[in-house]
Amino acid sequence: MSGDRVSGTGRIGAVLRFQAYRIANRPDMVIGVICLVALAFLVLGPLLEIIRDALSLQPYDLAYHPDGEVGSFSLFHLERVFVSPISKALFYRPLLNSLAIGVTVTAVAVSLGSLLAWLLVRTNVHFKGPLGTLIVVPYMMPSWVIALAWLALFKNDRIGGSEGLAAGLLGFQPPDWVSYGFFPIVVTLSLHYFAYAYLLMSGALATVDSELEEAGAISGMGRWQRLSRITLPLLLPALGSAVVLTFIRILGTFGVPALLGLPVRFFTFSTQIYNSINARNNGDAFVLALVLIVIAVSFIWINSRIIGVRKSFVTMTGKGFRRREINLGLWRVPLTILVWVFVLASVLLPLTILLWESLILLPGDYSLDNLTTYFWIGQGNTNLAYGEPGVLLNDGILNALGNSLKLGVSAALFNGFVGLLVGYAVVRGRGTRLSRWLESIAFAPYIFPSIALGAIYIGMFSTPLGPIPALYGTFAILVLITVVKNLPFTSRTGIAAMLQIDRSLEEAARVLGMGWFKRLVRIIMPLSASGLISGMLLTFITAMRELSLIVLLLSPSNMVVTGVIFYYQEQNMPQHSGAVALLLVLVIVLANVLVRLVAHLAGARSLASNAGA
Amino acid sequence: MKEIRLSGIRKAYGRETVVHDMDLVVRPGEFLTILGPSGCGKTTTLRAIAGLEEPDDGEIRFDDQVVFSRQKGVIVPPEKRNLGLIFQSYALWPHMTVEKNILQPLQNKGLSRAEIDERTTRALDSVQMSAFRKRYPSELSGGQQQRVAVARMIASQPPILLMDEPLSNLDAKLRLEMRAELLRLHRELGSTTVYVTHDQAEALTLSDTVVVMDQGSIVQIGAPYDIYHHPTNLLVAEFIGEPRINLIEGELTEAGGTVVLQGKGIRIPADAAAGSASRRLVASVRPESILLSTEKRDGWQEVRLDNAQPTGSTTILQVAAGDSRLSLVQTGFVRLEPGIALWIDFDPASVNFFDPATGKNIRTSSKVAGADVG
Repeated sequence: MSGDRVSGTGRIGAVLRFQAYRIANRPDMVIGVICLVALAFLVLGPLLEIIRDALSLQPYDLAYHPDGEVGSFSLFHLERVFVSPISKALFYRPLLNSLAIGVTVTAVAVSLGSLLAWLLVRTNVHFKGPLGTLIVVPYMMPSWVIALAWLALFKNDRIGGSEGLAAGLLGFQPPDWVSYGFFPIVVTLSLHYFAYAYLLMSGALATVDSELEEAGAISGMGRWQRLSRITLPLLLPALGSAVVLTFIRILGTFGVPALLGLPVRFFTFSTQIYNSINARNNGDAFVLALVLIVIAVSFIWINSRIIGVRKSFVTMTGKGFRRREINLGLWRVPLTILVWVFVLASVLLPLTILLWESLILLPGDYSLDNLTTYFWIGQGNTNLAYGEPGVLLNDGILNALGNSLKLGVSAALFNGFVGLLVGYAVVRGRGTRLSRWLESIAFAPYIFPSIALGAIYIGMFSTPLGPIPALYGTFAILVLITVVKNLPFTSRTGIAAMLQIDRSLEEAARVLGMGWFKRLVRIIMPLSASGLISGMLLTFITAMRELSLIVLLLSPSNMVVTGVIFYYQEQNMPQHSGAVALLLVLVIVLANVLVRLVAHLAGARSLASNAGA
Repeated sequence: MKEIRLSGIRKAYGRETVVHDMDLVVRPGEFLTILGPSGCGKTTTLRAIAGLEEPDDGEIRFDDQVVFSRQKGVIVPPEKRNLGLIFQSYALWPHMTVEKNILQPLQNKGLSRAEIDERTTRALDSVQMSAFRKRYPSELSGGQQQRVAVARMIASQPPILLMDEPLSNLDAKLRLEMRAELLRLHRELGSTTVYVTHDQAEALTLSDTVVVMDQGSIVQIGAPYDIYHHPTNLLVAEFIGEPRINLIEGELTEAGGTVVLQGKGIRIPADAAAGSASRRLVASVRPESILLSTEKRDGWQEVRLDNAQPTGSTTILQVAAGDSRLSLVQTGFVRLEPGIALWIDFDPASVNFFDPATGKNIRTSSKVAGADVG
């Protein structure tokens, strides 16, 4: 603090220079600011945009308001949705349907998933290894693959098209409530989302130290008391978030309610949004999307009020941690059989049905001499299926499959990269406001149900926006929305991976003269690779099987394979849709095996697990 | 060999100031230890020197080069400061072999292939780890990891070495071994070294100079001998030395022409400089400087043995004198029955006196206050 006083302008220069050095010294801050701005633009911008559109007259409203001025403030959309003669059909009935489906499926899927998680993690059922692998397959398949199989099995002749397997083999027509509407939607969604709940709950269960339960046993608690007083309360936060996550996903899901609901005009929120957009009533769709977002946000809020704030436990102790299996005794064999039957049925049965369906020449005829490979390798016959060639020779399908792969790979790469950067900025900046903001905004897409985000992106990118050209109908918009939608997950993976890397590992590199980019490539990336790769794999799978998110943004120029399947089903070409769905599942499973194999081989060499001490 | 000069360094996290306007000079080639309890700001100071922490105010120079100055608007990032740092956790890169851990930073400096090889080999040799070149850090013991961290640091031959509690993760035996090793390395390299620790024994054995910090400020700077024998305040007196120093509070009284401090059941000889009669003071005596006899001697004070704790080479004795309790250290394995009478005496030169209100040493405080401005 010696007396060298600097002149006024010199001081400003010094301050500026100091801040410039300072920023250069903190790459996490630079990345943080860039990410924050980009995400605000991609996440909050669209939201504001549709709120504005929903509250003002749009060109397509002029039919109703010929003398209205486009862009002027108007409650027209709100009135139409909430208090007009069509409100019941447009809003209230879909709302009730969505909520009823959401609640029922969440209850069924989370209970099933938790039960399976408990059996697989904490008890001694047989053959856990293969079971654990198989049980997540339903989650890797698109949820509506099971719906396709359901239709193939239970379709009746009342709606049009041919009858299903059950009618063909058993000779009676399933009633409407079995074929379409609430019941089959709940069953098929549950068969998909139980695997999701299983993934969440088994992760949480694996972190509960059995010693905590043993401590309960020693202080005289019975088996039931231990479960209700120790294990369940510890799992409550995980259970709460499993419920909320599942519920929000179901609210935003499109494929299943479209396939099983639209033929009988059974609308949910998601199919109603799709309908409104197809009818060029975007304003209605935006209002519905906003309502969906409000529901999702209130759910998250309630959950965090009940559980999140008060009771987020850290059950991982790191040391002295072990898991004891509960001996099922006499129940071991029957439960093993039950679990296996259930898992095999939910995985293999739908695929088998679809395979059978794809091999049938004339729909509805289930005799053996009606089997054909035409829909796989047929050259295209004008008498059959509008002359569409078999899926393996069909340019449209193969193109769409190529697009899907491109989408999956680019989304995975972008997400991995962004996740890494967000993780770096959030973890290195821990405690700063920037870090907190970035973490929250990266988490924000989670509150947008898929179909709502799709609607928002239509609103935002259908016209040029600043330097960005109109993206509607381009491949870029699919990548963009997929990356944004998966951001909460990937940034979480990135944060988790970065937390594994002790700060000192990077500081050591700094002190020894390595610049930021060198550190990123030589230290950060290799050490976070294993976590990032599995996160990227999941993004790839999600992107490959995505329909709800992108269905509103698809056009012939950017068609992906899920859109193709949906199209064939709408055109009543079940053999094609079944065959393409099988192809898609096959590609996803193969990609999964491949990546795991590569990661395994790479992981065996580098011992990156114990970063730090 | 560079001089490190800190002036007016201040650092706060939110409202909590962890380093208060700190001035410190580390002479070229000196081994300086910053000693203090956890949370005293010692690691923050070290990280500020390294550039990993950005002070809120002040200036840091290496010789004539300003590496940090708020006023002049200068921050040299850590990667350009050319120093070596050993972390408490060693911070070896777990995905690289031992050899690669050392090579990587050297490759960065644009050295020739031959030079890199030669430096790596020399560094590994000097810590006796040449046999482990191809191993991964997770395949090494804690002590071996420590050696690799040292090798990585010295391979780049930095003029300044910084060490942040490098021995705290080792077991007691290894710690002694590595202590000797670090001393040897420091002599060989001659680099200016700043060493941070909360272990007073490490500070005393390794350093040319010890800096004692508490609550973000320097409490005392001095050679280990001075710090041990003439602590500036009660905190330093209590923090340094094992077993803990004896403190006796009492009042000065005059008896038969000599001044003594009369505590509860114990008398400590004092000299005239301690002050006038009836002044309250705290006297400190190191356990090993109390004289002990098993037989009654003239003028010695009688105490009762509470317990004896032999550690092998030394024995700690706890004795009671009236209401006071004292610790004594004797060399060798002492076997005495608890409850017997013993006689003790004090060497006036080994006693320090402190003002109970301020905690300051009444003899050294004025002298040191002038000295620590650097």
